[in-house]
Amino acid sequence: MSDTATVVGTSSGNLWKGGRSPFKASYGKLMMWFFLMSDAFTFSALLISYGLIRFRNPAYEGHPDDFTFSQEWWPIPEKVFEAVPFLHGVPLPLVFVGIMTFILILSSVTMVLAVEAGHRNDRKAVEKWMLWTILGGLTFLGCQAWEWSHFIHGTDFGTAAKFLINGEWITKTIHGANLTVNEYGPPPFAALFFFITGFHGTHVASGVLLNFLIFYRTATGYYDRRGHYEMVEKVGLYWHFVDLVWVFVFTFFYLV
Amino acid sequence: MADENNAHHDEHHDDHHEGNFFTKYIFSLDHKVIAKQFLFTGMFWAIIGGGMSILFRLQLGFPDMNLDWLRPLLGDWITTEGKIDPEFYLALVTMHGTIMVFFVLTAGLSGTFSNFLIPLQIGARDMASGFMNMLSYWFFFLSGVIMFISLFLSTGPASGGWVIYPPLSALPDAMLGSQGGMTLWLVAMVFFIVSSLLGGINYVTTVINLRTKGMSFARLPLTIWAFFLTAVIGLLSFPVLFSAALLLVFDRSFGTSFYLSDIYIAGEALPNTGGSALLFQHLFWFLGHPEVYIVILPSLGITSEIISTNSRKPIFGYRAMVGSLLGITILSFVVWAHHMFVTGMNPFLGSIFMFLTLIIAVPSAVKVFNYLTTLWRGNIVFTPAMLFSIGLVSLFISGGLTGIFLGNSAIDIQLHDTYFVVAHFHIVMGSASFFGMVAGIYHWFPKMFGRMMDDKLGYVHFWLTFVGVYLVFFPMHYIGVAGFPRRYYSFTNFDAFSSFTDLNMFVSAAAIITFGSQFIFVFNFIFSIFKGRKATLNPWRSNTLEWTTPRVPGHGNWPGEIPTVYRWPYDYSKPGAEEDFIPQTVPYSETPESNLPHENELIDQEEVQQEGITVDEASE
Repeated sequence: MSDTATVVGTSSGNLWKGGRSPFKASYGKLMMWFFLMSDAFTFSALLISYGLIRFRNPAYEGHPDDFTFSQEWWPIPEKVFEAVPFLHGVPLPLVFVGIMTFILILSSVTMVLAVEAGHRNDRKAVEKWMLWTILGGLTFLGCQAWEWSHFIHGTDFGTAAKFLINGEWITKTIHGANLTVNEYGPPPFAALFFFITGFHGTHVASGVLLNFLIFYRTATGYYDRRGHYEMVEKVGLYWHFVDLVWVFVFTFFYLV
Repeated sequence: MADENNAHHDEHHDDHHEGNFFTKYIFSLDHKVIAKQFLFTGMFWAIIGGGMSILFRLQLGFPDMNLDWLRPLLGDWITTEGKIDPEFYLALVTMHGTIMVFFVLTAGLSGTFSNFLIPLQIGARDMASGFMNMLSYWFFFLSGVIMFISLFLSTGPASGGWVIYPPLSALPDAMLGSQGGMTLWLVAMVFFIVSSLLGGINYVTTVINLRTKGMSFARLPLTIWAFFLTAVIGLLSFPVLFSAALLLVFDRSFGTSFYLSDIYIAGEALPNTGGSALLFQHLFWFLGHPEVYIVILPSLGITSEIISTNSRKPIFGYRAMVGSLLGITILSFVVWAHHMFVTGMNPFLGSIFMFLTLIIAVPSAVKVFNYLTTLWRGNIVFTPAMLFSIGLVSLFISGGLTGIFLGNSAIDIQLHDTYFVVAHFHIVMGSASFFGMVAGIYHWFPKMFGRMMDDKLGYVHFWLTFVGVYLVFFPMHYIGVAGFPRRYYSFTNFDAFSSFTDLNMFVSAAAIITFGSQFIFVFNFIFSIFKGRKATLNPWRSNTLEWTTPRVPGHGNWPGEIPTVYRWPYDYSKPGAEEDFIPQTVPYSETPESNLPHENELIDQEEVQQEGITVDEASE
């Protein structure tokens, strides 16, 4: 029977032989990683849907300078997202969303600093950096709220669109966008914008809640009593993930 | 340092404590109780889902029968002529599929056996997070309650098929079942996905982090490998269904057009433009195809364990078995479009998906040959569990062969959406994984309840089920090749198929007998819980760790120290050994008479391992 025996347990290193975590990570941290892998597939599905629907609709073929909004073609994102608060009528393509993105990435940096402070069991520093992270998250959400509101209200001039009402085609001028009508282009453009940035915004909002929980527990000395600040690290993973996803959302919606 | 503390599960030694009724049986954190909760719920749904199939088989097999006697159960869904309402027929087909695929063979199977066996077979006190485990069950329960309520809506439950393709499912005007029933279906599925993610994250983490000393991945029982990879598939595919379902919710309720474009209802154009119904199919089958492996892999794992134990032989080709599980796992994500060959996709793309699909035959065949070679010249013990495992191998072969037909994009043009498909997946995925589930229940019943199930009733149950399943599904191949489409309400409306009336009657009669014989099992199950013969500690003379626990293990599984593992789980009938099995907990140093040369070399490492243990304990 010796030829049928499987040689086991000789080649692999000690880490995988059981009785310990092979990644030297707690179960909670592993769980966060697996959740993030899973969530990555959720977002991938949405972004792939975006790609598929976008390429089902015709692209704008003229010169970008002559571009106008129309239901006939997918809009050029730079022409849609060019407003900045207090600068009404000044076309500043992608400036505002650039600021938003910068703030979110900065909040990831402060999160790293909080995690690092946690490794040193430095309660004061964790509190400080968590506060900055929370502030960054809230600012991002505020910016998104403004951007949504601008997107919903639309431009001054609006776009003519045809509607089928009681069996007749009627042309009306529409301003802004919601889930069914869209000034900037085909209706799915707006629907996808709301859905995907909204889904991401929900993630950011729950991230802010988690960050606040961590801040609260740090401030009340909970982690000092526990002896380690691993929870900061776990929530940090989530926060970086949300940040990373935004990079992809940004690329899909604003850059290409 | 902090990591080490968290990683070590030894810090809570055998924390068995009696709670009150609620903490012990209802909101329990003990993986064994949660497993039983999944099992009972799964059995409840199996009876409902199976019963539905009998209802629509009555319509298909006996179209002239007066079904007024069903009126107390179905009310106005029985028409004034005494027939099942066609709309309700569609709802029955839909709910049968949904319940069987998700509630019985996903939650009922993975939920029961992953929960029960992972901690017991890897040597852990419990799951990594008992609380998340409990949440996983209660989300499943909530999902089930919502789905159950949807059965009683006046417009009926969802009826667009278990695949809920839009636009049928997206437009409430399209059919009765696309109204409230579809909404509840989607809500229930969202909770179901949450439940399966909570469970899956727990299973994967537990297998990686909580293995006892010496339990390397190469010494894991194949059951654990199967559950582990099943959980990985679930983690990566269910979120895509989650996205698809959310987009569908928006199309249904908030006026978006993700899946909708150019649709007319009763001559009236709908305003929706720009979406794509095919998008949903891609998203759905990105889950839907891995889902069939979520259903079958745990059964294949259970079968490996049972066949090896009851053949009294090592599993043939352990590494090939693990490799083929891995191969199936990876391939399951790149074949989804073979469900969509006739959607007008580019034939070249179709041939790529056909190629990838047919490759799955390789790992599947490896598994089948390994089962057969394990059985070959073994001292086979025909327990009911063993019979059902062998039955699984039979079904996996005969159902798998028809998969080769269907995987061909050209032949699929004829066979697509016919009863041939129904026959194929009911044999290879439905019945085969059902057999694995039942085999698992017979095999681990002594560990679950401390008592034995009755063998004789088990044999009767097996033969009726095994013969019955073939009698039900084999004739469907002929009906399918003839071209009869699945999900149709009536055969009698088409002259071309009138010659199949007798065959359909036969199928329905066989289905009723097969379904009826499951109640032998239910009786055996419930009776044995209370009145069964008391089990010995290791009734099947098996090697794995769960049989080293007390007859009825408490919360914490092992009193005192968790056993250390020294060898792989398949040392059956080892030449030179006194007994025909050597449990995983026996060190090589105690079995010099049966050691192979390379195993003698491991004896030194065992001592290091022992020393390692004492050092570890001193540091704790």
